[in-house]
Amino acid sequence: MLPAVHLGPLMLQLPGLALLAGLWLALEASSRQAARVRLSGETVTNLVFWALLGGVVAARLGYALRFPGAFLKAPLSLLALNPQTLDVGGGVLGGLLVAWAYGQRKGLPLRPTLDALAPGLVVFALFVGIAHVLSGDAYGAPTRLPWGISLWGAKRHPTQFYEVGLTAGALGVLWRQARAPRGDGTLFLWAVGLLAAVRLFVEAFRGDSVTVLGGVRVVQVLAWLVLLGTVWLYPFWRRKPPPSSPRPHA
Amino acid sequence: MGSTMLPYSRLHGVLLLGVAVLGLGWIVLTRAPADQPQGGPPPAPREGFRAPDFTLQTLDGRSVTLSALRGKVVLLNFWATWCSPCKAEMPALQRVYADEESRGLVVLAVTVERDAAAIDAFARQYGLTFTILRDPQAKVSVAYRVQGTPTTFFIDRRGIIRSVVVGGPMSEGLIRSKVEPLLQETP
Repeated sequence: MLPAVHLGPLMLQLPGLALLAGLWLALEASSRQAARVRLSGETVTNLVFWALLGGVVAARLGYALRFPGAFLKAPLSLLALNPQTLDVGGGVLGGLLVAWAYGQRKGLPLRPTLDALAPGLVVFALFVGIAHVLSGDAYGAPTRLPWGISLWGAKRHPTQFYEVGLTAGALGVLWRQARAPRGDGTLFLWAVGLLAAVRLFVEAFRGDSVTVLGGVRVVQVLAWLVLLGTVWLYPFWRRKPPPSSPRPHA
Repeated sequence: MGSTMLPYSRLHGVLLLGVAVLGLGWIVLTRAPADQPQGGPPPAPREGFRAPDFTLQTLDGRSVTLSALRGKVVLLNFWATWCSPCKAEMPALQRVYADEESRGLVVLAVTVERDAAAIDAFARQYGLTFTILRDPQAKVSVAYRVQGTPTTFFIDRRGIIRSVVVGGPMSEGLIRSKVEPLLQETP
């Protein structure tokens, strides 16, 4: 684990840098995929940019709403550069709403746009895993297995490495699928399904899972439902639509 | 008519059922063990773990032991006089401390600097009234794996680290939002 390095007086937080690198490469991957599905790479990049911007604003407002007392006493804190004061749920909701509005405005077709975003989604997930390797977050449960790593006071499953390895495998599978598309939206279903399967598997070895009902891991249940959803939807989306005129953003 | 519109094949049906059964089986099989290690989580400098214990001295030579502060909410801040983000967040730390001390908030500001006069001058300049601790051999900083300053640990009344903020400056809103839920918990 290597959470930070020093460059003179500067402390560089490597997990954050990994996420930034992941975002850049994800945009690059999605931009290239956009061309394959006859969309403008620039439009897809702008979609992600506006979604991120909207997501950050919504995440900050969502956090402030959770702790109104704290922000009423210090309202300027709303503008502070503290990533710790972001609400993930609010951010995702806000980002999706902005992306939807942007897509509507630009007349982006839903399923091809999702296909364009699919490689970027998996690339970013891979770098989230790398960020976990660097920070030591998403750590594993204690184990006696020979490949356990010493972390946070115990020998643990190297779940961060499981995550990176399996997500890299998922990226490889998606790469093959991208070469032979089977209907609009199916590449996105592959991406989401693969990521859900990785999460369903890796979460079993985590030492920090949120649990309910006698140890059932909440994330596993959610990942299972998402995976089922993608498998269920796949045949509907696999059928190719009838030939149509060129897309407006070709 | 309806059946001809369905896109499912037998293979899809089998696949869907397989994913449902195998996934559910995996979830049940890999449930988290209910038993917690005796004495709670082990000490480690991260969220969800027991805060590593230490004893350090204040500027006037008084000893402060972390474990003796059980029942209080402890904000443990690693800082340095030459660190710009540390300087920037000190007024916010002082305001929150002044407001919440009576509810059980303790602020421990740990520095590895050896020059007691410089530390004292800094505290006077910023009007700091919370506890400043010296860690001249950096033993506590190493135990907490502090990579740089400022780094702040929010420790609950049971001595469990509830959140860690690496870097800064922390806004007042951030500090209050981390401290308030811990203060609301019963000792």
